[in-house]
Amino acid sequence: MTSLLELVVRLALWLLLAPLLPGVVNKVKAWAAGRTGPPVLQLYYDLSRLWGKSVVMSGLASPGLVAGPAIAWVALVAAAMLLPLGPAGGALSFSGDVLLLVALLAAARFCTAWAAMEAGSAFGGMGAAREVSFAVLSEAALITAILSLSVQTGSVVLDGMLSLSSGPGAVLLAAGLFCVLLAENCRVPFDDPNTHLELTMIHEAMALDHSGPPLAVILHGASVKLLIFAVLVSEAVLPLGRLPATEAAAALAASVAFVTVGVGLVESLLARLAFRRVPLLLTSAFLLCLFALLLAWKGGAR
Amino acid sequence: MNETQNLLIGMAMGLNLLALGSSRLPSVVRAMAVQGVVLGLLPIVIEARFDWLVALVGVVTIAVKGVVIPSLLRRAMRAANIEREIEPFIGFVPSLLLGAVGTIAAVALAHELPLLPEHAGTLLVPGSLASIFTGFILLVGRVKAISQVCGYLILENGIYLFGLLLIHSTPLLVESGILLDLTVGVFVIGIIVDRIQRAFDSLDTRKLTALHE
Repeated sequence: MTSLLELVVRLALWLLLAPLLPGVVNKVKAWAAGRTGPPVLQLYYDLSRLWGKSVVMSGLASPGLVAGPAIAWVALVAAAMLLPLGPAGGALSFSGDVLLLVALLAAARFCTAWAAMEAGSAFGGMGAAREVSFAVLSEAALITAILSLSVQTGSVVLDGMLSLSSGPGAVLLAAGLFCVLLAENCRVPFDDPNTHLELTMIHEAMALDHSGPPLAVILHGASVKLLIFAVLVSEAVLPLGRLPATEAAAALAASVAFVTVGVGLVESLLARLAFRRVPLLLTSAFLLCLFALLLAWKGGAR
Repeated sequence: MNETQNLLIGMAMGLNLLALGSSRLPSVVRAMAVQGVVLGLLPIVIEARFDWLVALVGVVTIAVKGVVIPSLLRRAMRAANIEREIEPFIGFVPSLLLGAVGTIAAVALAHELPLLPEHAGTLLVPGSLASIFTGFILLVGRVKAISQVCGYLILENGIYLFGLLLIHSTPLLVESGILLDLTVGVFVIGIIVDRIQRAFDSLDTRKLTALHE
């Protein structure tokens, strides 16, 4: 019974805390620009408003338009359940669960892209094509980062991999994973969440034809994904396993807040990159993770 | 001691990749200048005890590579009125990947070399090989004369890094001679860049292959 209760608490924590992150990012952006900005809880209001609306679908759209976001949301929440929360560990932990994490993230992306292409308009396909072509590089970086963590700790279980720090390559890994976070969540140097210009939007183009509850599910899924990556970056860099339980939890929360504020600052201080420059930055992120892997490998051999 | 040394050489190797990946001329020049300063700090760090000769080499290297040569290049760039965008023969992503492969290959190769035991644990040899390789990529893969100069200077940084293995056997005269040669070389290149710009209205070295009456 206790494990069931723990699962429910954990699920509630992830689902309720996730929409806070985009709010914090927007607040930081507003503060940097000298505006008051929307309230931190804005996404909660948006979600409840969208949930009450009806779905508008084009006559050409297929049922995939609704099914895609739903499957993607379930995959993201399942990935969140796998990720250990500092001392509490993951809800589910087995050998090789890290592969399932990567696969679930990929499945979520596939379903979002699929739903975008089922909308019966050109924008969805355009956004999906861009999203997937950048994902090729950012997924390579993510997998290399996970490989380096695995080599560093000699473990293929997320609990074991993320409880220690990543050793001498921690700085490289932090920079690489932060780049991956920005790319995967369509934040500024890669994509502007505020733009609705058809020449440049990526994630927004995929979500353009969705309305009502499916759009709410997409927005909530995106915030869960941001929280997943923020937790992943924090746990990859901080040696949480060596701290007492309460301190580790506090450190994790502080680090997630730090990453979120960092995203907001990057967003207000940098302009977004030209399309043809994006592969260069993603390749640099991949190389950072690759060199972290080499450091972990050499350090382990010594 | 080895830790700081390896950190500095690691920084120099990172700057190599930065120079390969940056698409603006000033940032390539800046990466090269910072690399010069980092390499100038190295001889001071390597020595366990303070040595006037070594400190002098370090200070002069920092002054020449970090200040004099970059300012000469910037002046040449201002005088010749070049646009700051670099158009590469080898694209940025391929050259970045090439540089990374070269860096990894340099580390692997240095493992196989029969080095002295005091040099085996350091990154001196891999760093120098990686810098030389990066210099080659910049020399071959860039169109503008100024970025080719930067490639040449990064290549020289690699050779300097290799020379640090023999820091006690090389007299000060040789070191200062090399630095002087380098400065004069960059000075001359600055003048040549200006002449090329006047004669061809561009610094594109591809145009230099055609003969004119």
